[in-house]
Amino acid sequence: MLVYLIRRLFILLITLWGITVISFGMLHLAPGGPLSPLTEFNPKMTPEFREKLVKMYGLDKPIHIQYWNWLKGIVKLDFGRSFSLDQRPVWDKIKERLPITLLINTLALILILLISIPLGVLSAIKAGTKTDQVLTFFTFFGYAMPSFWLALLLMMVFGVKLQILPISGLHSVVGYEQMSGWEKFIDWVKHLLCPLFVATFGGIAGFSRYLRNSLVEVLHADYIVYARAKGLPERVVIFKHALRNALLPMITLLGLSLPGLIGGSVIFETIFGIPGLGQLMWQAVMSRDYPVIMANLILVSFLTLLGNFLADLGYALADPRIRLGEKK
Amino acid sequence: MLRKIIQTKEGLFSAIVLGILVLTALLGPILYPYHPYEINVEKILQAPSLKHPLGTDLLGRDLLSRMIYGARISLQVSVVAVGISLIIGIFLGAIAGYLGSWVDQTISRFIDIMLCFPTIFLILAVIAYLEPSILTIMIVIGLTSWMSVARLVRAEFLSLKEREFVLSAKIYGASTFRIIFKHILPNALPPILVSASLGMGHAILIESALSFLGIGVQPPTPSWGNLLIEGKETMEIAWWLSVFPGLAILITVLAFILLGETLQEILNPRKR
Repeated sequence: MLVYLIRRLFILLITLWGITVISFGMLHLAPGGPLSPLTEFNPKMTPEFREKLVKMYGLDKPIHIQYWNWLKGIVKLDFGRSFSLDQRPVWDKIKERLPITLLINTLALILILLISIPLGVLSAIKAGTKTDQVLTFFTFFGYAMPSFWLALLLMMVFGVKLQILPISGLHSVVGYEQMSGWEKFIDWVKHLLCPLFVATFGGIAGFSRYLRNSLVEVLHADYIVYARAKGLPERVVIFKHALRNALLPMITLLGLSLPGLIGGSVIFETIFGIPGLGQLMWQAVMSRDYPVIMANLILVSFLTLLGNFLADLGYALADPRIRLGEKK
Repeated sequence: MLRKIIQTKEGLFSAIVLGILVLTALLGPILYPYHPYEINVEKILQAPSLKHPLGTDLLGRDLLSRMIYGARISLQVSVVAVGISLIIGIFLGAIAGYLGSWVDQTISRFIDIMLCFPTIFLILAVIAYLEPSILTIMIVIGLTSWMSVARLVRAEFLSLKEREFVLSAKIYGASTFRIIFKHILPNALPPILVSASLGMGHAILIESALSFLGIGVQPPTPSWGNLLIEGKETMEIAWWLSVFPGLAILITVLAFILLGETLQEILNPRKR
């Protein structure tokens, strides 16, 4: 296990380094250089002031030194200052938004598991029947559904037609301060229902399909035939013998689905006006706020990497074949 | 092959949908009477009717004609994007799988690193530096979606290179380049075809999402994604503007996914 852990950590470090190199490279490959949003179309920009900016951002130094200084900053969570009018430190902007995005995605992930596991099991037990076909069709439907359109439809039906759910923001604007704790909570829940639905919908399809296929395969294994021949009730065979093994690959899938989940935040946060990381990213792209864009990109890829790493560890802990098989 | 595809229900569905789509994209602009840019102030926000089957928008433009034009854009973007991702993915996957050793190590690490960036974030970051246009979108989607193709091709090459026909090609002195692209690649085509079909659906989804967010295809050029921007603004009074373009995206992507699934079953009978 220790050898496995060290090997994984080594790969983690290399990947981490690669992420920073690619992100740094992108920043400097920008047409007009990383300062172009500040200097272009700015009537007050004189060559002298430009030079001062170049000095301030250290752009006059050789590229590897720039990279090193930039990296030192990142380790201390210093991503520089935003190009926007408020010029706040980038990390401050991210800090206040990160919890919202993490909360919604964690809730979505829990919901996805709660819904897709029973669906996958049902589909696998009934493999080949009408139920399975309907569920399979639903899966493809889930894959093909454009999440932003789903969000739009939800807004139209629940917000405009039925007028039972708010369609924008994280909580009410009017009267929020006067609410009691419980009312505030209900207000939050109401605002989060639609975004959560959108975040969850696409994931259910992938997870339940994956579990179905994995379970169908396991149900053909010798030890399942044996368990049945032993006369164990079907319930025990499926939930105790088969499901446990079929769930193993789901740990990896959990790690692999992180980028998709976080990426989805951009879409539903922008549409529903939720002040999270995704919305920040979108706003930064619209105003070409390079420091914020880069910090966001690095942060979400670090999160993804960390998620994958934890998933790998979890898998190794759960499945001895992985950690012991590494030696060959 | 086509006959086999339309023998299954899913295959028939996707063949019909994609057939209609390609025909409308090619012939629609010629046959359909309304022009996508034709503004008509007397016909603002008309509900679907016989004259305008899908209604009209805020400027009185016919929605169906704009969607027909949007189909062209979507197909164009996804074909080019998938083309780019196939070229990169096949090339890197093939040399990684065939050459092995440090080449494989380097490429595999590079794939892992690229996969850590959530696609949407990566695309947004790249687009921030460039002017949003159809060309930008196609290239950026292509450049950020080759990783799964590369992994797949690599895995195929790993197993195919051990086969006897490769050994015999080596014995009569074929060059490495020739062995990779002339001998092994044709044998690796089936899974690539499946992944290309899924990739088309994926590219359409991303293109429309980006256009909806205002960083893809720019109005007045219609795309299914940016038509929905108007739909969002007018959803209280004009439901058709939010419903039809989204439906078009959903059905098209569904068709590509089902086509991929059918191909998978036809080309790889073991998995059934």
